[in-house]
Amino acid sequence: MMEFQAFLFYFVAILTGLCAIAVVVTQNIVRSAAWLMFALAGTSVIFFLLGADFVAATQLIVYVGGTLVLVVFGVMLTAQGPFISMKTGAVEWAMSTLVGLLLVGVLIGTIVRDPTWKDLPKPKPTEANQSFNSVALGESLLGVEEATPEARLTGTFDPRTAPRRTRMAYLLPFEIVSVHLLVVLIGAAYLARAKRRRGATP
Amino acid sequence: MPPLGLIIAVVSVVALLTFVAASAVFLIWVERKVAGRIQDRLGPTRVGGKFGWLQTIADGMKLLVKEDIIPGSADQFLFRLGPYIAFCGAFVAFIALPFGNGVVALDMNIAIFFMLAVMSTEVFGIIMAGYGSGSKWSLFGGMREAAQMVSYEVPMAICVLVPVIVAGSMNLSEIARAQTGWIYQWYLFRDPFTFCAFWTYFCCATASCKRAPFDLAEAESELVAGFHTEYSGLRWSFFFMGEYGAMFAVSGIAVHLFLGGWNLGLVPFELSDQFAKWMGTASEPSMVGFVIGNAINVIVFITKGMLLVFVMIWIRWTLPRLRIDQVMMTCLKYLLPISCVLLLGVSFWHLAMPSFVLQGLRYVLATVCVLWFLWTVRQVLTAKGTPLSQGMPAWWKEAEAPGYGSLTRT
Repeated sequence: MMEFQAFLFYFVAILTGLCAIAVVVTQNIVRSAAWLMFALAGTSVIFFLLGADFVAATQLIVYVGGTLVLVVFGVMLTAQGPFISMKTGAVEWAMSTLVGLLLVGVLIGTIVRDPTWKDLPKPKPTEANQSFNSVALGESLLGVEEATPEARLTGTFDPRTAPRRTRMAYLLPFEIVSVHLLVVLIGAAYLARAKRRRGATP
Repeated sequence: MPPLGLIIAVVSVVALLTFVAASAVFLIWVERKVAGRIQDRLGPTRVGGKFGWLQTIADGMKLLVKEDIIPGSADQFLFRLGPYIAFCGAFVAFIALPFGNGVVALDMNIAIFFMLAVMSTEVFGIIMAGYGSGSKWSLFGGMREAAQMVSYEVPMAICVLVPVIVAGSMNLSEIARAQTGWIYQWYLFRDPFTFCAFWTYFCCATASCKRAPFDLAEAESELVAGFHTEYSGLRWSFFFMGEYGAMFAVSGIAVHLFLGGWNLGLVPFELSDQFAKWMGTASEPSMVGFVIGNAINVIVFITKGMLLVFVMIWIRWTLPRLRIDQVMMTCLKYLLPISCVLLLGVSFWHLAMPSFVLQGLRYVLATVCVLWFLWTVRQVLTAKGTPLSQGMPAWWKEAEAPGYGSLTRT
């Protein structure tokens, strides 16, 4: 009999895959967004099963908000009738299938080219009471410990080895990206504000 | 034989589900009773004897046998799914909420972050319901809810960060343990910034539960009933279970972050650990003592949480509803800058101030707050009762039969 947690993993993984297919197949834009949200939530459940709580919760909080905005735009900007549906032409199908297959090919190729890919650890979920500490993640952000390459699946380091300083901290790139986003936000607010003619009373 | 972890998981989920459902039943009764008293009425009086305390059960039975209507113009799939997602969002958050010292389904390292993340999915069910109903009122309610949630999540999360910075942990159990001891150990009284953060957080939490004065998504005077206009029967009741579940969840977070968690605040030690030490030996703490201490802890925690929920109910029936632009302005122009200032302030306060100021302020804040609370309780208890109504004497006379409660308001 399969391990219960391995069973859970495969169950959630298959469901997530099905939801992802439904995103593409569904023609109603809001339903499609709902499937997208299920697929993203399924991904975060997989992260939970692997013990990466912090990544999972971040996935949930970021993507649920993101999908939410997508739905709002889907409803507000494209609404012609009561329910919006999209017709997909044969050419678009062919193009997207091609791109999708290319992506799968690249992913599989990258995995297979690594000679150790067969020895990668099986998706082994952690026990319920033993979730990884998010401190490791923060430390790698500050450059205390190079966490990512140590364990492939969860991105947390091996606790038996002593922490060491790395050459590369992720804090600076992270900050640059967030300031960049702030600039984009302010720019968007500037563009979207109500235009007033010069000299008009506010 | 299933593995032990599975059994524990099933037991804790069943216990939590029971708690959420039972507290929803209780809180709906409280809501109606409080609403009645505030509006100079009696509220439910008949079902179940003196105080109408079985009213919600009767309502629940009615909802169970009600016809499940799906409008012809609805998107069936989204319409059916909406209520369950809204309920799941509120319920799953309880998995990481500690009720006592170690009384938690899953003692997560990032419990508070997890709870916020999961509760943010609740809005998705509401959007689905609002859009899927195929009704303009519902759609308006759903859109308002989306705008409100996306805005209020930001100051709420920043306010949550204030005590997280103080405790140095996102684990709710650890945050509560850090507040063990006398009442002035609570983070509410720690410094002016955590004190203000509590009120800011509570505003945002009220808004995120879409409770009045922020209940734009329902707004029964404008939108019929907002996102749940088209719902009936069991699906409708799922929205309400979700709402009351979320109310207790955000109150539970507030209790853990600011109000000492499960600690009583009137004894200088942690009850379950101390009882285990007293009843056992030094090397072998007693299990019975631990359980007794934790039982008190759980009661204290639930009482504190319910008190905060009561405050939310009180606010709902006291304040008028804001307009949508006022709601957004409250969030973006006031709550957001305030929470940012609090976050910065709490980071610098303890570096900048000498220790006697820190300790003294803590005692002063705690004393003033406790005295104010006791004074309010005294005012409420000693207020002179006024007659409910001067009009319609015949009605009130008839109502004086046993089983209707007293007719004077206190």
